[in-house]
Amino acid sequence: MRRAAIVTREIQPAELMAEVRSIEFGAISLFAGTVRDTNDGRGVTAIDYSAYTSMAESELDRILDEAQGRFGVSAIVVEHRVGALALGDVSVAIVAAHAHRAPALECTRFVIDEIKKRVPIWKLEHYADGAREWVDPTASSGVATA
Amino acid sequence: MSIVTVQLFASYAESFGGPTLEIPLDPGSTVGDLVDNIRALPGAYILPESPRVAVNRRFASFDQVVGPRDEVALIPPVAGG
Repeated sequence: MRRAAIVTREIQPAELMAEVRSIEFGAISLFAGTVRDTNDGRGVTAIDYSAYTSMAESELDRILDEAQGRFGVSAIVVEHRVGALALGDVSVAIVAAHAHRAPALECTRFVIDEIKKRVPIWKLEHYADGAREWVDPTASSGVATA
Repeated sequence: MSIVTVQLFASYAESFGGPTLEIPLDPGSTVGDLVDNIRALPGAYILPESPRVAVNRRFASFDQVVGPRDEVALIPPVAGG
């Protein structure tokens, strides 16, 4: 099974794990990205996530398709949240299940790395000094979170 | 000449002052032609040398032909995760 979604509600990693759990698997790898209180040395108070939702879901599904082909993982789910997130909130969660741990672990790593390269999602960071800024990982000062 | 609607997001929507641009294009024009036209608009200073463009929800090369029936978007540097 494979599912990719952009969501506006809170992400529940345990529910995603339950989706892929099966007696045929010996490993479930979970990656959760959370909102950190600093970025590039600046105090962060909150992040607004936004997306080109239809393309983001298509691109997520293409990434999962590639991951399944590459790692032989048959059960994989990803959710990315958009909207106003507070410090500590889960912004993205990926679960991958496999008979053995190595493919499951490598699969979640591959998926989060690809998300950061090619899924049209953006974050507007709010800083402790009152400023706000779109995060640009391609700029010299841009530092990716999660 | 036809009009192609270009969706904007995040920093690009702020820089160009709205969620879409209406760009006139000759038949047979490419993504590269589209970007050249956009560069003439106020707000285009934000664009990098080779901005990413999506056509019908997939990243497109600059030589891909684009027209008014396509769903076109200018994609700012992504920052998911």
